[in-house]
Amino acid sequence: MTTATLDVNQPATPPAFQHLSTGRRVKNGIATALVWLAFLVAVIPLVWVLVSVLARGAHMVANADWWQQSLGGLLGDDVGGGVYHAIYGSLVQSLMCAVIAVPIGLLVAIYLVEYGRGRLAKATTFMVDILSGVPSIVAALFIYAMWITTLGFNRSGFAVSLALVLLMLPVVVRSSEDMLRLVPDELREASYALGIPKWKTIVKIVIPTALSGILTGIMLALARVMGETAPVLVLVGYSGYINYDLFSGEMASLPLLMNSERVSNPSPIGTDRIWGAALTLVIIIALFNLAATLLSRLVAPKKK
Amino acid sequence: MSESSATPTPAGASVDSGNTGVGGRVPSADTTPEGPISAQPVTGNKTKVRPGDRIFRGLTTGSGVLVVVLIGLIGLFLLVQAIPSIGLDQVNFLTSREWSTNDPANLRFGILDLLLVTVATSVVALVIAMPVSLGIALFLTQYAPPKLARPFAYAVDLLAAVPSIIFGLWGLYVLAPQLAPIASWLNDTLGFIPIFADGNVSSEIGGTIFTAGVVLGIMLLPIITSLTREVFQRTPVAQIEGALALGATRWEVIRTTVLPFGKAGYISASMLGLGRALGETIALTIILLAPSTTFGGSIFDGGATFASKIASASSEFNDPRSVGAYITAGLVLFLLTFLVNFAGRAIVSGKKEYR
Repeated sequence: MTTATLDVNQPATPPAFQHLSTGRRVKNGIATALVWLAFLVAVIPLVWVLVSVLARGAHMVANADWWQQSLGGLLGDDVGGGVYHAIYGSLVQSLMCAVIAVPIGLLVAIYLVEYGRGRLAKATTFMVDILSGVPSIVAALFIYAMWITTLGFNRSGFAVSLALVLLMLPVVVRSSEDMLRLVPDELREASYALGIPKWKTIVKIVIPTALSGILTGIMLALARVMGETAPVLVLVGYSGYINYDLFSGEMASLPLLMNSERVSNPSPIGTDRIWGAALTLVIIIALFNLAATLLSRLVAPKKK
Repeated sequence: MSESSATPTPAGASVDSGNTGVGGRVPSADTTPEGPISAQPVTGNKTKVRPGDRIFRGLTTGSGVLVVVLIGLIGLFLLVQAIPSIGLDQVNFLTSREWSTNDPANLRFGILDLLLVTVATSVVALVIAMPVSLGIALFLTQYAPPKLARPFAYAVDLLAAVPSIIFGLWGLYVLAPQLAPIASWLNDTLGFIPIFADGNVSSEIGGTIFTAGVVLGIMLLPIITSLTREVFQRTPVAQIEGALALGATRWEVIRTTVLPFGKAGYISASMLGLGRALGETIALTIILLAPSTTFGGSIFDGGATFASKIASASSEFNDPRSVGAYITAGLVLFLLTFLVNFAGRAIVSGKKEYR
């Protein structure tokens, strides 16, 4: 019998929870450390970018003239002036883009959620995906080839808006689509049960329910197109003076101003202007993001 | 913030599932077994389509068609304007490394160099962004304290809100000087490998493919992370709990459940990131110096990508023949990103478990 040396104090079965072997514990520790490190690696550049823009641009932005004057008539190394012409251009070009892109984007989203079935719907979803991957420079070249070369118009702020439409459209479609899908089917069914036509159900029931999310998506999309640089490089000339006319003439915008100072003004004043404009752009984008958050709170559908 | 492409939900599937509920309901009213309880014949109305419905349906469907047509138009317009210039090209436009378009009567342009630099910057960017994004996605879904996961994810998404022109300026004027020691160390230590060999740009200024790749990698982080995160979040809880019940450590849980489940989503996300990297314009236009030099195969070279070449010449777009050369480059870039995005989408759209 082999049980002769049986230790009576030993439990019949080994303990349920065994200690982890060192190798497994070390591996787990390394993985945890690496994963935390990866997150820090992402946060560092974000903070670094924002801090360096703030540090280099703050003294320009702190001046009231910066918001009220243009760079018209100033030479490359003249102190002073401001960027309100570029702020105006950026805002107007983006708003014109939104005026075109939002209705189309919303209609496409409604089509995909409420009507689309079969091959066309699949093709549309696919093309929205492809459109969201189209590089901004390609969108700009397409508008150049269509609007300027083929149709014979001149470069203008409006051409920029058209190119921005291509970049904004997929963002609006995607965000609106997601929001429309969140609307419970019970709401639609209740409306149909009352004999309300489908289109009226969509306009009066579905869209208002999803409105806060849709508006948030639009604001974020606006913030995104405002910083696009490639279309303004190709489609409009730069001017240091204010130009109120979106449809003709050279028109500044913040990214275009930064690029033109970078290319043609090597003086320290030029560098100051670049970082000042960069900070201005960051501030405007931050405001749009903030507005998006506020809108989503204010317009949220009432819960009883 | 949320990248438009940030929906890994495969295209067709969600459309169908979303619509059978809504669209199918209206006609089904005619055939409901319950039928109208009231004595009034409702059947008289069923053939009549309300004009409002018809108009609205037409408008929305038209917009859907418009998007499809738009992509076709992009390809068509670029192609139509590229063909004459390709005809005028004095050298082979696929294999030549020359690029001179100043004299429209003597166009000499080839895309080989642009292609090589574009691919080189994108590869450097992916080498940096892929592992880091994987780590961030794992962190946000598996490691971060649940209360902090959302603000942390928001911080990563904020990276996508920073305009690329600001990344470009920061990359060249702030980051590049800091990267210079790393670059020269790589060059000194590994210089015998061709990709780390001496480049044609001073590494002190740092307008190299290396710097551009690092900046581009940072720009890709939010894109790859957000898609990967969404897929990781869908890992079946039963699998995770099963692994935990078998006594797996947290890392073993990830290795045996989260990673196998999310692998396709992660690869797809990286493809979409690559598509973004190929087309990135202004950040690379700012960072890459010596845009006219020939690419020597080292990541410490300067150069020009498709997008940066077009962008830096855009102020001189006058003669349609010269512009055609750049439109050719744009067309190639369009096809390239189309293929990469298509492949990226195709990887996940076949996966049922992601829906």
